[in-house]
Amino acid sequence: MTAKIDCQGLTKQYGSLLAVDDLSFKVEPGEVLGFLGPNGAGKTTTMRIIAGFLAPTSGKVSVCGYDVEAEPIEAKRRIGYLPEGAPSYPEMTPREFLGFIADARGIPKADRRRRLEEVYGMLHLERVLDQSIETLSKGYRRRVGLAQAILHDPDVLLLDEPTDGLDPNQKHEVRQLIGGMAKSKIIVISTHLLEEVDAICTRAVVIARGKILADDTPAGLEARSKFHNAVSLKLADPSQLPAVRSEIAALPEVESTELDERSGRLTAFPRAGGRPLTPISRLAEQRGWALDELHLETGRLDEVFRTITGGATA
Amino acid sequence: MNGMIAVFKRELASYFTTPVAYVFIVIFLIVANAFTFYLGNFYERGQADLASFFTFHPWLFLFLVPALSMRLWAEERKSGSIELLMTLPIKPWQSVLGKYLAAWAFTALAIALTFPIWITVNYLGSPDNGVILAAYLGSVLMAGGFLAVGSCISAITKNQVIAFILSVVVSLALLLAGLPLVLDVFSAWAPQALVDTIASLSFLTHFDSISKGVIDARDLVYFGLLIGFALYANTIILELKKAD
Repeated sequence: MTAKIDCQGLTKQYGSLLAVDDLSFKVEPGEVLGFLGPNGAGKTTTMRIIAGFLAPTSGKVSVCGYDVEAEPIEAKRRIGYLPEGAPSYPEMTPREFLGFIADARGIPKADRRRRLEEVYGMLHLERVLDQSIETLSKGYRRRVGLAQAILHDPDVLLLDEPTDGLDPNQKHEVRQLIGGMAKSKIIVISTHLLEEVDAICTRAVVIARGKILADDTPAGLEARSKFHNAVSLKLADPSQLPAVRSEIAALPEVESTELDERSGRLTAFPRAGGRPLTPISRLAEQRGWALDELHLETGRLDEVFRTITGGATA
Repeated sequence: MNGMIAVFKRELASYFTTPVAYVFIVIFLIVANAFTFYLGNFYERGQADLASFFTFHPWLFLFLVPALSMRLWAEERKSGSIELLMTLPIKPWQSVLGKYLAAWAFTALAIALTFPIWITVNYLGSPDNGVILAAYLGSVLMAGGFLAVGSCISAITKNQVIAFILSVVVSLALLLAGLPLVLDVFSAWAPQALVDTIASLSFLTHFDSISKGVIDARDLVYFGLLIGFALYANTIILELKKAD
């Protein structure tokens, strides 16, 4: 089976600036790929190349078997694209705007009405359908942009920062929507929000300075964190801390310990492959420590992200 | 084809959802009639024709048409909607043509709305309506020429003011190509053939003959080629610099 998105050696140069540097990756149906990277990493440029808005300086992209440069119309038919900032025509109402998109995409008359109604419902646009887009809140504008992208039920969805500027409730809704569509489609979202990757992506690609630095599942990325399987605890009586710390540090599963002076929280980092939670909790029970808090860290994406991209952003 | 019709409909509707259409039409009608009566001495001439009406059209269009064409592409660039438009499954030339035809249809509507002056002249005397019809055709064609040039220039920039000023200057050069003001720049050094070619590009000469009722195939071909060339260049510019 051919990959739905296949990028080979994508390079984009603006004058002396190398925005995208020899990117190659494939995305298969059912995957939700999160493009992660600091601002200016080349996420938007890559999305624009896949969507056929920018021509790469060198390299090739094909979408559903169609080369984006050689057969742009066929490729674009299969793509739903939400550009960065969700641009639209501000003087139009969502009803007029989505009607235009339906016409421009050549959605057949028979399906047109049903599809439009469906999309209004999915994005809760009914209340604002006849208000001009420029008067809508940022959240609604973003939803109109999403509606535009999914209207023709595309095989490939490219969403550039789909939840940027939304409040937490709206973010949650949009993520649910994306999650609900994921099974049969390819979804590529670009984001700098790490929680988003955790929430919806099945695969995360970290890029910085136009290069892929990591390509893994979110759990795989988390496992790279030194916090992966670490144990944090907080004592009811802080005066016991030094004694507790030295006992924990002596456990064979523990590599090192760290104390956060401000919160009084002690973190024990595991030796490679070790899982210190059970020994620590057993120890706490035996010694009768009064614990306010004890929990297992799964790994911190932000820390992994900083470690991976740190050199590149400096 | 679907795509072009969708772009055409959207563009045409957008004139009427913003004040652009109403301001343009009202100003055009007021100025066109004021010129006819005050500068053109419509009554004093005592002739049953619309020469004093049509003679000002090139000068009116010189400023009004760029005001219309400046937003065609510059606004899409400014607002970022060009990214949306160019990632829809529509070929760039279809978008260019759809937008252009919408602007042209709108201009034709504005020109058609000057019909009271035609009624007036028919009420006052018995003009040659064939000549008037030809002049209207010439006027619409000339507006189409200005629009095509303006649309092409609008694709270069995201700044509408720049698009406006450049369009006025280029249109003025095209308008006056037959006059010494433009020809003198070339006649000193360029071969006579080139000077003649430039002189033959003049809007004024081509419009004058049509507005006198002479529909010459050469004048039609001239406007047709001009529009075709400008829109072709427009499409190329768009494809070359979509993003910036």
